[in-house]
Amino acid sequence: MQEWANQLCENRQFGSKMTDSKYFTTTKKGEIFELKAELNSDKKEKKKEAVKKVIASMTVGKDVSALFPDVVNCMQTDNLELKKLVYLYLMNYAKSQPDMAIMAVNTFVKDCEDPNPLIRALAVRTMGCIRVDKITEYLCEPLRKCLKDEDPYVRKTAAVCVAKLHDINAQLVEDQGFLDTLKDLISDSNPMVVANAVAALSEIAESHPNSNLMDLNPQTINKLLTALNECTEWGQIFILDCLANYTPRDDRESQSICERVTPRLSHANSAVVLSAVKVLMKFMEMLPKDLDYYGTLLKKLAPPLVTLLSAEPELQYVALRNINLIVQRRPEILKHEMKVFFVKYNDPIYVKLEKLDIMIRLASQANIAQVLAELKEYATEVDVDFVRKAVRAIGRCAIKVEQSAERCVSTLLDLIQTKVNYVVQEAIVVIKDIFRKYPNKYESVIATLCENLDSLDEPEARAAMIWIVGEYAERIDNADELLESFLEGFHDESTQVQLQLLTAIVKLFLKKPTETQELVQQVLSLATQDSDNPDLRDRGYIYWRLLSTDPVAAKEVVLAEKPLISEETDLIEPTLLEELICHIGTLASVYHKPPSAFVEGSRGVQHKRLPGSTESGESESPDTTSAAAVSDAPPAVIPSQGDLLGDLLNLDLTPPTTTGPPPPASSGMQMGAMDLLGGGLDSLLGGDLGGSPAIGAGFGAPPAAMPASFSAPVSGGLDDLFDLGGGVGMPMGAYSAPKTVWLPAMKAKGLEISGTFARRSGVIQMEMTLTNKAMSVMTDFAIQFNRNSFGLAPAGPLQVLTPLNPNQSIEVTLPLNTVGPVMKMEPLNNLQVAVKNNIDVFYFSCQYPISMLFVEDGKMERQVFLATWKDIPNDNEAQFQIKDCHLSSDAASNKLQGSNIFTIAKRTVDGQDMLYQSMKLTNGIWVLAEMRVQAGNPVYTVSLKCRAAEVSQWVFQSYEAVLKN
Amino acid sequence: MNQSQGFFKDIQISCLVVGWLLSNTASIILSFRVWGGQSMTDSAPSWFFYSAEMIHSLFLINHLGDIFLEKHWKSVISRSVCDYFFEAREKAVDPENVPPVLQTPHHYLISIYRGKLFFLSVIQTEVPPLFVIEFLHRVADTFQDYFGECSESVITDNLVIVYELLEEMLDNGFPLATESNVLKEMIRPPNILRSVVNTLTGGSNVGETLPQGQLSNIPWRRAGVKYANNEAYFDVTEEIDAIVDKSGTTVSAEIQGVIEACVKLSGMPDLTMSFMNPRLLDDVSFHPCVRFRRWESERVLSFIPPDGNFTLMTYHISSQNLVAIPVYVKQSINFFEAGSCGRLDITIGPKQTMGKTVEDLKVTIHMPKAVLNANLTATQGNYTYDCTTKMLVWDIGKLNPQKLPNLRGSLSMQTGVPNPEENPSLNIDLKIQQLAISGLKVSRLDMYGEKYKPFKGVKYVTKAGKFQVRT
Repeated sequence: MQEWANQLCENRQFGSKMTDSKYFTTTKKGEIFELKAELNSDKKEKKKEAVKKVIASMTVGKDVSALFPDVVNCMQTDNLELKKLVYLYLMNYAKSQPDMAIMAVNTFVKDCEDPNPLIRALAVRTMGCIRVDKITEYLCEPLRKCLKDEDPYVRKTAAVCVAKLHDINAQLVEDQGFLDTLKDLISDSNPMVVANAVAALSEIAESHPNSNLMDLNPQTINKLLTALNECTEWGQIFILDCLANYTPRDDRESQSICERVTPRLSHANSAVVLSAVKVLMKFMEMLPKDLDYYGTLLKKLAPPLVTLLSAEPELQYVALRNINLIVQRRPEILKHEMKVFFVKYNDPIYVKLEKLDIMIRLASQANIAQVLAELKEYATEVDVDFVRKAVRAIGRCAIKVEQSAERCVSTLLDLIQTKVNYVVQEAIVVIKDIFRKYPNKYESVIATLCENLDSLDEPEARAAMIWIVGEYAERIDNADELLESFLEGFHDESTQVQLQLLTAIVKLFLKKPTETQELVQQVLSLATQDSDNPDLRDRGYIYWRLLSTDPVAAKEVVLAEKPLISEETDLIEPTLLEELICHIGTLASVYHKPPSAFVEGSRGVQHKRLPGSTESGESESPDTTSAAAVSDAPPAVIPSQGDLLGDLLNLDLTPPTTTGPPPPASSGMQMGAMDLLGGGLDSLLGGDLGGSPAIGAGFGAPPAAMPASFSAPVSGGLDDLFDLGGGVGMPMGAYSAPKTVWLPAMKAKGLEISGTFARRSGVIQMEMTLTNKAMSVMTDFAIQFNRNSFGLAPAGPLQVLTPLNPNQSIEVTLPLNTVGPVMKMEPLNNLQVAVKNNIDVFYFSCQYPISMLFVEDGKMERQVFLATWKDIPNDNEAQFQIKDCHLSSDAASNKLQGSNIFTIAKRTVDGQDMLYQSMKLTNGIWVLAEMRVQAGNPVYTVSLKCRAAEVSQWVFQSYEAVLKN
Repeated sequence: MNQSQGFFKDIQISCLVVGWLLSNTASIILSFRVWGGQSMTDSAPSWFFYSAEMIHSLFLINHLGDIFLEKHWKSVISRSVCDYFFEAREKAVDPENVPPVLQTPHHYLISIYRGKLFFLSVIQTEVPPLFVIEFLHRVADTFQDYFGECSESVITDNLVIVYELLEEMLDNGFPLATESNVLKEMIRPPNILRSVVNTLTGGSNVGETLPQGQLSNIPWRRAGVKYANNEAYFDVTEEIDAIVDKSGTTVSAEIQGVIEACVKLSGMPDLTMSFMNPRLLDDVSFHPCVRFRRWESERVLSFIPPDGNFTLMTYHISSQNLVAIPVYVKQSINFFEAGSCGRLDITIGPKQTMGKTVEDLKVTIHMPKAVLNANLTATQGNYTYDCTTKMLVWDIGKLNPQKLPNLRGSLSMQTGVPNPEENPSLNIDLKIQQLAISGLKVSRLDMYGEKYKPFKGVKYVTKAGKFQVRT
């Protein structure tokens, strides 16, 4: 570094004698020593030059802390420049040399009384930087004076100093009453003082979330809003960020704050603009949608966001990351502004990629042609990363806008014709997804894809191609040749490709068993014998066993109907999105991660949620949220693996209920020695091949090579899996309420009916006890339902075959279906029943728990869930609390699953489990739920979203009933 | 890390069991990126809990990757933190492509790239990144303002002033004074004459008193301004950002406008500027001096101006309005497989110039790597081809509508290299004096509050911003 400095000086010695680089021209030897001598010189001018040299060294990162005492000695001077320079030095080193800094205390205290406000401010500012308890004692008095100084420059410096002091000794600041003084400064006459006071207060509040410091009430809010108009741009940012934490009492207050914040959208400072956008995005949640002002506000938000995109690229980047969130929350704001997101070729790559992402989010039927034309243009650009993303974007368009799918596919085919290697590979990867979304529509292009087989060298593209070949094996004449060609270099492929190849060949085998046994044997033995990869080996064994025990089942499993892929693949989960909207403009919004992932350590993290328009502000008051949210638990956002496994299994294995009984446990042990394929293959291959000893031998061989210890766990695991997969049997059984009396004997001439509803093995049943409390025999029972909300109707006659004698009871189970006539009832789950016997016709009404109507395939795919949740308007969201529930979230989830309330995902944030659940009613209505469970807190919060909002309360009742029993 | 490997493994196992194939695996992993996010594994050292300030440290880095200035507003952070930045810099190839926000185990690095220098700030807690980026640009602006340029040499020549400036601009992470007017009164800009005087008399570069503006509610203006000649000049500059496709159709076009002011008026003048057609301006940002309410209600700019140069307002006219495109370009650029050569033919003509002359016309093309040299003839102006940067620049000058400039000829290509897949875009530079292409016009400028008659002037100019023609 020294050499560098010297060299630098040499370069500059020619014309620039007056510049600061001359301060580097000291000899290498004894530089510090020399400086020391100069600092102690009697001549003022020499001293000053020496201090300048010291500072110049400091700026280039040289350690000149050894000169501390000598520099401090220069402090007592009436030369302002020298004093300032010494203070500069002190501020840099006071933190690392606190003990020596105490030497300067007297001068500080004296300077705080100086007639020149600049010196007073400098002194109090520098003192605040010295992190020693001893010095803080001396600081208090001067600070108190400075906070009330007549000069605003001193006051605003002192305000910041309170924050510094609070950082060193919070208790002291509170005891000395500085916090109150600071709060008073919010009403200061000078806007810059207000700005710094707000900044200091928010910093202190941030480090002590419970301090209740910024208790925002309408009065302080009003003060802040007044200050907002006058204070500096930076102060406006602090004030706006502070406002964003406030929850207005009602929509009127919300509107008036929005009105006063909107002028900030025209500020030249983009950080002010974005902070204002945050406040507006949050408060507009509370405005009724039919309000004129709501529409006006929406319109006002677009121009400033667009303007942010004409700023410097770094600003654009942050703006784009935030716009990405805004577009997900309120796509209507920017729906007409597609063009500003078009990419310029000299945009930095990080801007290009973000713009592309937003283009896809804004793509709709109205603008898809334009978007596609742009994307095609981008796909011929130079930057490989960008081109890849553009090609992917075309695929996403196809999946998002159905009308454009055909055009997208033909665009992709054009791109494949360019033969540019990475373009072709990306195109194949996305075409695979298009096949998944629109089955049996575009398979005609497979031939074109196959032409490019040889050029694929990336694992993802190879895997995609293999998937296509396997999936459409019956349409590709030479599928076996194609797959065989991949098989040659099996061990050199990446795991992704190997796994895919294994599956594809098994599919091929199941589709064309006669020609491909050799191939399948080959791949199974490659996977099970020659591979070190446990995933591959396990998958190999499982296929093997499936094929050997029950090829029909294998077919059902391997060739099962796949769920369609949903439109948007990378939407942010709704609650996270809500939280991020409250944090627009922060690092969290740039990384699209919850703020708790950023703030390391113990600073309390407040989970912010958007205020709802239906809820009153009370439940959202900052006090309660902050108190509940302080937690030291590290955020663990990845759901536990076990759950995931279970989820996936349940998700996909429930449909093939025809798989047949799970293999008996003992069959696992046979694996060791016996022919794996056994007789099972016969049924698949037909008689002529079934007996072929070659096949038997071929398949029988590998287990011999398998280590003995391996077989037991595998079989055990397998059985476990199949138990799970058998999935028809419910883990806990559906909950059914105890019977209650529906028809008292007094009202029905001696016939008493009590009953309940239950759902057993997918059938809704009405379970009744008929008791004859009359004196005569009852016969000729029949039952009828009135029209009801879900079309419930008896699936058969009431089976009371024998006459019912006096004082006799009989248990009757009546299966129900839901194909009866529908009429909306009040309450919704009311059922009017008529029962007839030989005496009379009796009428009664009963209410069935809505959980009876939850069907077994009510598990929604994750992606669909995300999209649906977002899609359902917030007005339809209902929130309930379940009190006194002591189950763990897993137990609760299990219990609910018994009643066909399926947990799709689980996320843990700060010890709070969030379960995302779905259920489907018999009439196809989906209900989505988010259940929050806090360990140790017996109150669960359930948020329900459903397009038919009126079912929510009955669903909630079911929740309560199921969980509490 | 181990955990996440296990995590994916489980997904794969479960997928293979159910025969639930490839694309699902992909989409699940994708979805978990969103649902989950990474958990931070490094535990923070105890000092970490201390500071909550915004900008902790600033490093200035030149294009060679040398740190030539560092400033810490709190404790000293080792410059080794910049290694993360250097890594990203390495990866980005071009300095423009370094991501502005970087995450390291204990810090965030937020940087801007200005005048071939990186301004790199170190952040420890959650702060609004725009706040930091705006501030960094303001620092660069201030250097520009003080020293006439923002370069390594000028900064190292004025280290002490730079240091004083940085200290004055930020205290404990809060911006203190960022208005150039205010700063200049506290820390005087260098000038040769003053340096000489200072050396002779022992005077200093530091203002002895507080700037007056700090005391008033108009912090942007100092009190007691006096000029012999009172004048106010306004420059309306509009830049056209446009993308024109192969066929000459406008893909997108927008205008970025700015009104720069140079106001040298004595006392406390109160100015009002009105426009012929204020309707055009629906997306504006103002200098803090502009009274927003008056703009909202009357569509006039009413303000007490800062002293000297400042940006009064910027505005944006979006692509939804019809934006006039001043020139058209007829071009063909072809590369031939055989003979490894290419042909280029470009003609430019006037389109919508509102009767004004197009000047300083220049076409820049970033050629594909395979183009070794260009052998072209220009009917007007000169062209250069830099074979290291692959930049073809055709400097045309004034556009004569009677005799359209043309550039044509052949390109020699590297042999044995496949034809370039991409077609180079044309970047157009131009200037039209005395015209704001949006049609914006200032109708009057009035002054209140002072008695003298100022000299007033408004100048218009239209330029090409990011004006691109695709081929």
